[in-house]
Amino acid sequence: MKPYPFKYVRAEGLAAVFQQFEEHGDDAQVLAGGQSLMPVLNMRLSAPRVLVDINRIEELRGIALDGGEVRIGALTRHREVLESEVVRTHLPLLAEAMPHVAHVAVRNRGTLGGSLALADPAAEMPACAVALGATLVLRSAAGERTVAAEDFYQGLYETERRPDEVLTEARYPIAGPGYHGAFQEFARRQGDFAVVGVAARGRVESGVLSELRLVYFGCEGHARLARQTALAAEAGGRPYTPQVFAALKDALAEELDPMENMHGSRATKLHMAQTLTGRALQALLARAGGAVHG
Amino acid sequence: MSGKAGASSSNSTNPTNPIGQAIPRASVRRLVTGRGRYTDDMTFARMVHAVFVRSPFAHARILSIDTGEAARAPGVVRVVTGAEVAEVCKPFQVRHAGFPALKVTPQHVLAVDKASWQGEAVAAVVAESRAEAEDAAELVMIEWGELPAVADADAALAPDAPLVHQELGTNEALALTVDGGDVDGAFADADVVVEEEFRFARHTGVTLEPRCIIADYDPSTHALAVHQSHQAPHEMADVYARHLGFPGHNVRVVAPDVGGAFGLKLQPYADEIATCALSMLLGRPVKYTADRLESFVTDIHARGHHVKARMAVSADGDILGLEVDDVYGIGAYSQFPRTSVFEGVHVLRMSGVAYKHTNYRARVRVAYQNKALSGHYRGVGMPIANTVTERLVDMATTELGLDPVAFRRRNYVPSEAYPHTAPTGFSFEYMSLGECLDKLEELVDIPALRAERDSLRADGVYRGIGIATFTETTAISPEYYGKAEIRVAAQESCVVRLEPSGHVRCLIGMTDQGQGTATGIAQVVAATLGVPVDDVEVISGDSAATPYGAGAFASRGAAIGGEVALQASRALKENILAVAAAILQEEPAALDLSDGRIVAAAGGTARMELAEIADIGHFRQNILPPDVQPQFTVARHHVPRALPHLSGNGIQLSYLEVDPGLGAVKLLRHAVVHDCGTVINPLLVHEQIRGGAVQGIGSALYEESVYNNEGQMLNASLADYLVPMAAEIPDIEIADVITPTRSSELGAKGVGEAGVTGASPAILNAINDAIGPLGGRLAEIPATPERILRALGVV
Repeated sequence: MKPYPFKYVRAEGLAAVFQQFEEHGDDAQVLAGGQSLMPVLNMRLSAPRVLVDINRIEELRGIALDGGEVRIGALTRHREVLESEVVRTHLPLLAEAMPHVAHVAVRNRGTLGGSLALADPAAEMPACAVALGATLVLRSAAGERTVAAEDFYQGLYETERRPDEVLTEARYPIAGPGYHGAFQEFARRQGDFAVVGVAARGRVESGVLSELRLVYFGCEGHARLARQTALAAEAGGRPYTPQVFAALKDALAEELDPMENMHGSRATKLHMAQTLTGRALQALLARAGGAVHG
Repeated sequence: MSGKAGASSSNSTNPTNPIGQAIPRASVRRLVTGRGRYTDDMTFARMVHAVFVRSPFAHARILSIDTGEAARAPGVVRVVTGAEVAEVCKPFQVRHAGFPALKVTPQHVLAVDKASWQGEAVAAVVAESRAEAEDAAELVMIEWGELPAVADADAALAPDAPLVHQELGTNEALALTVDGGDVDGAFADADVVVEEEFRFARHTGVTLEPRCIIADYDPSTHALAVHQSHQAPHEMADVYARHLGFPGHNVRVVAPDVGGAFGLKLQPYADEIATCALSMLLGRPVKYTADRLESFVTDIHARGHHVKARMAVSADGDILGLEVDDVYGIGAYSQFPRTSVFEGVHVLRMSGVAYKHTNYRARVRVAYQNKALSGHYRGVGMPIANTVTERLVDMATTELGLDPVAFRRRNYVPSEAYPHTAPTGFSFEYMSLGECLDKLEELVDIPALRAERDSLRADGVYRGIGIATFTETTAISPEYYGKAEIRVAAQESCVVRLEPSGHVRCLIGMTDQGQGTATGIAQVVAATLGVPVDDVEVISGDSAATPYGAGAFASRGAAIGGEVALQASRALKENILAVAAAILQEEPAALDLSDGRIVAAAGGTARMELAEIADIGHFRQNILPPDVQPQFTVARHHVPRALPHLSGNGIQLSYLEVDPGLGAVKLLRHAVVHDCGTVINPLLVHEQIRGGAVQGIGSALYEESVYNNEGQMLNASLADYLVPMAAEIPDIEIADVITPTRSSELGAKGVGEAGVTGASPAILNAINDAIGPLGGRLAEIPATPERILRALGVV
């Protein structure tokens, strides 16, 4: 388990990163926390010729409340997100999801931007970004552009990021009153990648559920926003009844197409997703106050 | 035949007796402060690194190997193929005199004509660094001719199955049967017959430290020095000498610190003996460390059984008979030298032995398959026997509406029946079955647990309670490998010597891979000699420096190693007292040793420091009478002869919750009661039980080597192969029942395999207790979420 030979370059600023991209194109790979990249290199599943270490680029770190947004630099460690008062106050869904991201040792090194950019289909952070309507900031030598998280994820480890771009920041809009989130994940062991998970966020006003976003991970090739299922849930409104849940299960069966893997067939994972959907909605509605049925 | 129970054979409440004291392992401080010295930490001048090119196919002919480009790669010293290594190294040829019908074929250390499992080594690259060797290994060009592979053991036994070894004409390595009593009559008379079809997934042992070896051949003396992460350095020295053509005394194997072994570092591996051969070809030290990925496809696997079994029971709740039919897949070869069949033998011989029924029939068919080798891993077959038995017991109690606790007590072999020979053919000195059950009821309030379970069910929370009696063979005698004509020692050997300082060194054949056995041995030496435990150093793991022993296997370290340490220490004590008597002008019988002093046997008055005797005996013999020759180094061997094995037993209880929406299991409580006879050190005994139970829980819920039908292992990395972690395991509650064996003076029996042997059936029974009310029934482990959801009929 030794990697293929590679050249290591420590970048002191983004300009240096872009220069490496220009010189080496696809053969250059950004090294951030390394929690996914290093095992992949050691297993010889990937063979970049140049590793560009961005860990010294301070401008990529930090969590800031900026008007109606929380801006989190790509190099911010999972642990910093987990411990952030700003995140806990304004992005409770992210705070709820973060303990599911691996173990303490991995969270100490792993970065938010790394997780968002890698686009592992079973990872928590991409799903939360989609559920929260986050915007991702991409920079290259040519400048900066932004992409909505729900447009960023294109397929299995496929994103809108071009090889000459670095994901520098995620911007999460702060929701007004009435918005609530819920996060449900099933993993075989504490800290494992999800077998199936759902990040839910919606608005509850006078007992009526609206603007619901249900995002599934560990199911399809990337974090999957399930619009039809959300509509089925909203149509029920409150009180939340077994009938609503039955309709919602059917909608999810229509809409979601989970990939079979070691932990379950399509049918098994769909069943788990249905279970977690029910639990997420119950939790969300319970947070909105009032009785929950079903 | 049986020795009298000595003063040290029951747990002493005397605080000055080191036996029975909870003393932490002597090595803990060293290991946790990073001072451990594992094989891979070592480096030697001129050392080079070996990497093996392994078959990507489960079954394929090697049409050609082109090593040219690899040989020219940077840092490469040598590239060799199987044919070249075969010139200096004999293949493994398994033979077991007890099973003459066992069909075997020679196993080359590097495949010569064809590879028979994914991961079999076919060529080796030696380079100045591991990284360079890995780079070059990718340049070895092999042309393969894929052959049909057979992965599933049942499929392997089908008449038209592809053959793993054409020359054997069959994939059935061996079929074993037992037929005792009147089984047909018992089933005909039964009021209830319960029947189940079990599947036990194949899995592996995951050691924190992977296998590692450094072989250093010196052509000037024709000697081979090996450092190796291993359980049995003496046995390995014998294997290397015989397979590589050395006189026995020219091979030395040293096992330094070993980071877990569990049976997977008990026997030789092809790549390890190949590493020795590479050192001989090069005349340089060669290191090989199995990386985590290749460990999964080369370390020994275990389990992998498909069992059909049924139990005949009367309406009153008497077990009338038991029938077991097992298919067990051992991979491509039978493991050298012990063979892989003992996992099956234990299913055959240990099923149902806790119960007094007399009618038993069993068959085990051992199948070759194109998979990694399967063989001796902690518990060797006994978890299968116990799971089959205990699951059928619970099914019977459910069917009859009887209390599973009372049913077990009613059917146990009663205390007065020992020594007892089970209808399986195995005999047992004593099993404290009822005592362990009593103790479990003290440890866990089972009625309260049942009340909690029942009240939560009303709220849609599905909890289950599972209990499982378990039985085990430990510390085996020469009746096993002696009779089998396999060169595996049954004895342990010990040298105890009084140092000039008055401290004691104990050199012993048994080995310690983290169990703390060395500390237990120090306690036995200290207790027997009458010195403080801190004054004793135990040295093991060096085939040249320590007397011959079989190392660690079959839960023998404390039982056999402890006994020989006792015998040697007693002899040394006599020698010390003889010298003391000469100095003090007393009869030796009037003197004793206590806490490092010579004392009066009557009254305990201190007469002389041991250090003073040591000093006189080493440097000032002039003051001794002329006929006194101090003998301060003593050697003893001990072969357990009175019994074929020491019988251990216990009971485990699991309390868990099943989430029927996800199929998830949350283990809430796990309790173990065990009888290992004399408890030398309760801390170490309980650590062994906990560690074993965690591995049993792993088998029951997580661990599985998943293969597809083409013989490809699909989860061969720690990202996909799941072992239980701290967060998955509750604190494990433990209590001891102490019935010393009468076959030794020390009275200790084995404990290493106790935890793993009874955990799986307790978990499986608890899961069935939880899902029974939902109509679910499961007989397959690991009990994955998907299997539970299928058992519930929801997917």
